[in-house]
Amino acid sequence: MVGYLLRRISLAIVTLWLLSLLVFFAGQVLPGDPGRAILGNLAAQRAVKTLDHQLGVDRPLLTQYWTWISGLLHGNMGVSYQYRSAVAPFLASALVNSAKLALLALIVIVPLGILGGVIAALQVGRPLDRIISLTGLSASTVPEFVSGIVVIVIFGVELKVLPVTASAGQGASFGTQLRYLILPVIPLIFVLFGYIARMARAGTIEALESDYARTATLKGLKRSVVVRRHVLRNSLLPTITVIATQTGYLIGGLVVVETLFNYPGIGRLIYNAAQSKDFPMLEAGVLTIGVVYMIATILADVLTITLNPRLRTGMIR
Amino acid sequence: MTEIISAPTGLAVATPEQRELPAWRLLLRRPTFVGGVLILAFWVVCAIFGNAIAPHDPLAQQLLLNNKAPSSAHWFGTDQIGRDVLSRVIVGARTILIVAPLATILGTVLGTALGLALGYLGGLLDTLVGRVVEAVLALPAVIVIFLFIVALGSSAVTQILVIGFIFTPLIARTVRSAVQVESQLDYLSSARLLGDRAGRVMFVEILPNVLPTILVEFTVRLGYAIFTVATLAFLGFGVNASTPNWGSDINANYGVIGAGYWWATLFPALAIASLIIGINLVGDSIEQVLAG
Repeated sequence: MVGYLLRRISLAIVTLWLLSLLVFFAGQVLPGDPGRAILGNLAAQRAVKTLDHQLGVDRPLLTQYWTWISGLLHGNMGVSYQYRSAVAPFLASALVNSAKLALLALIVIVPLGILGGVIAALQVGRPLDRIISLTGLSASTVPEFVSGIVVIVIFGVELKVLPVTASAGQGASFGTQLRYLILPVIPLIFVLFGYIARMARAGTIEALESDYARTATLKGLKRSVVVRRHVLRNSLLPTITVIATQTGYLIGGLVVVETLFNYPGIGRLIYNAAQSKDFPMLEAGVLTIGVVYMIATILADVLTITLNPRLRTGMIR
Repeated sequence: MTEIISAPTGLAVATPEQRELPAWRLLLRRPTFVGGVLILAFWVVCAIFGNAIAPHDPLAQQLLLNNKAPSSAHWFGTDQIGRDVLSRVIVGARTILIVAPLATILGTVLGTALGLALGYLGGLLDTLVGRVVEAVLALPAVIVIFLFIVALGSSAVTQILVIGFIFTPLIARTVRSAVQVESQLDYLSSARLLGDRAGRVMFVEILPNVLPTILVEFTVRLGYAIFTVATLAFLGFGVNASTPNWGSDINANYGVIGAGYWWATLFPALAIASLIIGINLVGDSIEQVLAG
């Protein structure tokens, strides 16, 4: 287990390093230079040059990369071009906001997706199964901004029961914050429902067809007991893994949902940084997402191994 | 996968007559397939003949008639600069129906070739490429595509190439596992014993047998390609600003939803949703029929 964990973590570090290269050099080929982007079109060329020099963007690429990456390793995420102050505080508050949104989505969707998948599996091939499966597939492939717009128009504009933007403002109570988050969470739930329900369905079908489920049935146990005691325990393992891998999609979804609802999270931060060529902000934001994603997948692997005795003993051997 | 008419396992018992039918006849009996094809056909017609069908010029601005609610003159209303939303929705089908399928075809062709090689040849190549694929898959795809488009600019060609390349390892992974199943079967050992070259075995013997898997994968990926192209346009990375584009129209108009002008945003959104649902209906039916 420890050896496995070490291998996973070192692989994650290699992947993050690749991501840092990708982000850094993607940022470098962006058209336009940062000094010009900050000072605007009317500024004198001399002023632009001076600012570029102050920001250090006129040095060779490798030097810039080295300064950036060694700064990161010392906990220095750089200074935003846009706001002329350290990136870290912006990132921290955006991360907290996004975490609220993502957490609310997961709390709603995990039980709902599993329930949908298990019901579909128990009804496999019947109309209810087809309806759940097709709705799930469609919901997970309709872009978040499309379902977001539909719920905004229905609940925000026509019925006027929920706020259209997502920011409740400073110091709002928990209840108010929750009310503001309902609409943005719905598109995320739509996308995740399909994936989680599909995994739960496949896992349950496999477990239902297994020898141990048949033995339990032949022993004379009631179907509900077989499902609860024998099938579900085994069928939900792969679902846990898929939930963790979905954090990647969830983060991608956040970029879109936060832009649509004007919510001050990490997705909107990255989007704004990309649009205003604020490299330090963009690079730090994307890397942070990478780190969050890696931690989520490793945690899921550990959880899967812990819950599955066969894998656990296999590891020890 | 090759055995389309596998023995029914107590569920959905097929009559003898049904078992004789070829796959395409079985497909036509499914209402979900027919419905999906009709939706897709509608949008393809709009993409090709859009300018002839559209009731108004999609680019004509009538500044005095801006933000008008749906009426008999403008069924879907008008946008912020008085353009007819219905006409823009009809003509807007074109860009997405060019970019998304081409990206998917690119990804499928490359992914199939790579998957065949990895699954059949195996060995060191498989291990090496597998590592790289894992590293690529470990990053959230949307973020990677977003970064590339931000860096390279957003022309139709860039979008096709970037989405196609990102899809390649995903499709290769699916094809690879299908090929590995085939590799166990007798016909391949006999082909090998007869001295066929690896290339011939892969493309002449294996490929036809994994085609159903590839077909299903293609429809799934096509749905995601449309998702991605639409999302990029919504984020302001649309292709060619002079032609109507659903995602870009939403980007331009969603700011005024709060003021009650929802039609210029909602109708393009519903168009995207219907296109994706159409593809899913078709893809799901094909998968069901192939699974028996």
